[in-house]
Amino acid sequence: MTKTDAFISIQNVSKFFGTFRAIDDISMDIGRGEFFSLLGPSGCGKTTLLRMLAGFESTTAGEIFIDNQPTSDVPPHHRPVNMVFQNYAIFPHLNVRDNITYGLRKQKLSRSKRYEMAEEMLEMIKLPDYGTRKATELSGGQRQRIALARALILRPKVLLLDEPLGALDKQLREQMQLELRALQRQIGITFVFVTHDQEEALTLSDRIAVMSGGKVLQVDTPTGLYETPKTSVVARFIGNMNFFDGTVRRNGAAAAAIETEGLGTIQVPVADLDKPDGAAVQVALRPEKIALSATRPDAAEHAVSARLDTSAYLGERSHFYVNLEGRDEPVAVSQPNTSRFNAANQAPSGTEVWLSWSSDAIVVLDPE
Amino acid sequence: MRGQGKPMEGTYIKRRNRPLQVYAVLFLIVLYVPVLFIPLFSFNDSLYVRFPMQGMTLKWYHELWLREPLWNAMWNSVRVGAAVSVISTILGMVAARAITRYRMPGRSALVTFIMMPLVIPGIIFGVALLVLMSRMGVPLSLYTVGLGHLIVCMPFAVATLLPRFEGFDPSMEEASADLGENGWWTFWRVTFPMVFPGVVASLLLSFTISFDEFIMAFFLTGTDPTLPMYIWGQLRFPKEFPSVLALSALILLVSFVLVFIAQWVGRKGLENEN
Repeated sequence: MTKTDAFISIQNVSKFFGTFRAIDDISMDIGRGEFFSLLGPSGCGKTTLLRMLAGFESTTAGEIFIDNQPTSDVPPHHRPVNMVFQNYAIFPHLNVRDNITYGLRKQKLSRSKRYEMAEEMLEMIKLPDYGTRKATELSGGQRQRIALARALILRPKVLLLDEPLGALDKQLREQMQLELRALQRQIGITFVFVTHDQEEALTLSDRIAVMSGGKVLQVDTPTGLYETPKTSVVARFIGNMNFFDGTVRRNGAAAAAIETEGLGTIQVPVADLDKPDGAAVQVALRPEKIALSATRPDAAEHAVSARLDTSAYLGERSHFYVNLEGRDEPVAVSQPNTSRFNAANQAPSGTEVWLSWSSDAIVVLDPE
Repeated sequence: MRGQGKPMEGTYIKRRNRPLQVYAVLFLIVLYVPVLFIPLFSFNDSLYVRFPMQGMTLKWYHELWLREPLWNAMWNSVRVGAAVSVISTILGMVAARAITRYRMPGRSALVTFIMMPLVIPGIIFGVALLVLMSRMGVPLSLYTVGLGHLIVCMPFAVATLLPRFEGFDPSMEEASADLGENGWWTFWRVTFPMVFPGVVASLLLSFTISFDEFIMAFFLTGTDPTLPMYIWGQLRFPKEFPSVLALSALILLVSFVLVFIAQWVGRKGLENEN
């Protein structure tokens, strides 16, 4: 166990519930002032990891350092972290002001000082004059803000958020995402944010840890995760992805190609490929990185012909499913509707179309 | 449902049901009219409980007032009742919290075990405790009565408190810990206020039960009688009977008020939560 420069350092942490591995040997570092998200499907261990940071769950093995201090022996009420609970856990027997100032008891402040601090927080969360409201009279969005204020008034080193926007409707959620991001930039506290919503994670985070089955699959920036996923599980979980089985064909030291099922043989730069000749790989291609056209585009680096199967018009963009020769599964293509009358939207099923993409659009992954 | 003038058309639940109403009224009459004779005859100017009544008087109440042993018995009952209600409520809180918070083997068996005194006849517990006490050489006193009452009251305390703790979101206590409070302060600042209506209901209910309890007291009383024991003793003397009626009327009134408050507070608390 070594100390590091990271603000939160999770070192070889495991958590067993009986024989079930909720957290399986996770190590990662979170920087000071970072907006860090734990993203994964339900049951992947993200909430368990967050609760370990808060101190509600013990570690079975490994150690978590917060600001270079080991935390194993520190109970929740002595940790320099505060949490916004999934259901907000607003105390129903207290009014809004008493909820917000709940954690200030030990600081032995005068009543007027406490009220002043509460008023500041209410100002910050844009709920001034709500101090004397009953906790039971609040809407979901207001409860979320109160929970945030109640945690932030204690000036924690780390704020933990357990799917805090999950219970809100779509419009309010998007508004709160923006506010949360702005707030985090303004106060500069490290946020650790748990979510199962990949769009939310991409919108909010500086970095994201993608979790599955108690393991961390990849820790990266939103663009890093989306554009250069390290495994097909990550590629599948973040956004949509077309996968093509392929085999590496090396031609000496200078050139390499991948023979794929459906896309033909693709030349790839040798620098990007660390696989030996004959290795089985998966070629991943995002739907929006494929261009659709009626004829073969002249300038395209790669192009194949295909037949249109089904299409879905979504307003700002359209989704097309096309069939390639030598491949059973249709390929998803996403096109922005940049002009009002996109001819492809009216094209009948079976129409011949051309798919084209550039070399840097593809990602080469290990097969699953 | 009733009293809204026109019943709602087509809704099954809100339709009036005449036979059911008649049944409900009859049920209430059978249940409470005999009890109402007690306060009625406590104002009767005659030693004998029979119609027609001889005229109104308050002399039985006045006589009660002057009776020293009665007030001693009353004080004994109040002391036992107060102690029993506090102890059973505290134990009930501990039990309810443990049952709702911790996953443990035999949870439902434990609840059944705690509720058992509800269905076991009091006379059996009374005899068992009496045998146990005399075997152990413990002299009978108000303490032994209190012990007996504790067994009787525990199921009621747990039954009153359990729903409060079951409806209690565990993340409330976690939130308190997260905001810097240890277990003790969390209990006083979050848990206790949130289950408070249940605590009041449990205190009042336990007190009422202990105050009225006879069978345990019959076996376990030493030289200091509780109020029901005193009343029972007086029944041997016909001329004391009207006073007993007057006393019973008073106890009835106080019991009603206490149970009513307990119910009201309990419901009030549950309403506030939603």
